[in-house]
Amino acid sequence: MSTAFDVAVEVSLRDGIADPEGLTIERALPALGFSGVSGVRVGKSLRFVVEASDEDEARTQVEAMCERFLANPVIEDVDISLSPAL
Amino acid sequence: MTTKVGVVVFPGSNCEQDVVEAVDTVGGSGELLWHKDTCLGDVDAVVLPGGFAHGDYLRTGAMARFSPIMGAVERFARDGGPVVGICNGFQILTEAQLLPGALYKNRGLKFLCQPAVLRVESMGSVLTRGLSIGDELKIPINHFEGNFICSQQVLEQLRDKNQIVLTYRDNPNGATADIAGICNESGNVVGLMPHPERAAHPLLGSTDGALLLKGLISGD
Repeated sequence: MSTAFDVAVEVSLRDGIADPEGLTIERALPALGFSGVSGVRVGKSLRFVVEASDEDEARTQVEAMCERFLANPVIEDVDISLSPAL
Repeated sequence: MTTKVGVVVFPGSNCEQDVVEAVDTVGGSGELLWHKDTCLGDVDAVVLPGGFAHGDYLRTGAMARFSPIMGAVERFARDGGPVVGICNGFQILTEAQLLPGALYKNRGLKFLCQPAVLRVESMGSVLTRGLSIGDELKIPINHFEGNFICSQQVLEQLRDKNQIVLTYRDNPNGATADIAGICNESGNVVGLMPHPERAAHPLLGSTDGALLLKGLISGD
């Protein structure tokens, strides 16, 4: 009996790695009247559904996907969120 | 025997024909290989050319690294066969972990298409074995994600093992330690952001790229 899990993976640049895209956005904000914004970082977000016997197995699968494919550990960190699909 | 160089075509590659022409110019014989092939035939060397393999989806090189031919390329590389990744090909080699580090967006977020002056830092790679340390080469770059990034530990290893092959005289993209190209420990796998195939004929403004590609042809 397997359960479907909604998965959200947030991929972000690792701390310490310069983010030229985030920096450019940060510099543009004051010109639009938004002052006081700092620390802009740009990442990407993936959403999908995984079938697994339980949440632990689903998480293990997603971690393996991230390790091998969805993110590059040399420059990126991942944050995985899982919840039973409604 | 003419050295046969297999040039892998991924969907989205766009420099493969230039590499074949340049290889022929320096006395080798270039032939195209399709990314869905699972063997390399009887080639003596492999080039992963520039372009936008698989549309650069997810990350540059991330999808190409799983193309069927890459299993054969990895085996060929591990057996000591010469494998060169140019630009997008370099990105593919890092994703495949045949070379360390990663290529990220250029500092300044500009797509850079311009000549670059490179310095030869090592003669231990298949591309630079005929050159001398300190030689300067003028070869064009053409990339958005050529900013080489690696950990301090990897950088020290690259320095200790003589794996930094080429550096930029004027770092255009923010690359760590001005790195334009690196090789693996044994020197048979090389990745570089500049395009030697675009500097292989006097009409192109420089023939310095041919000096690199000759290394691939001269054999052992």
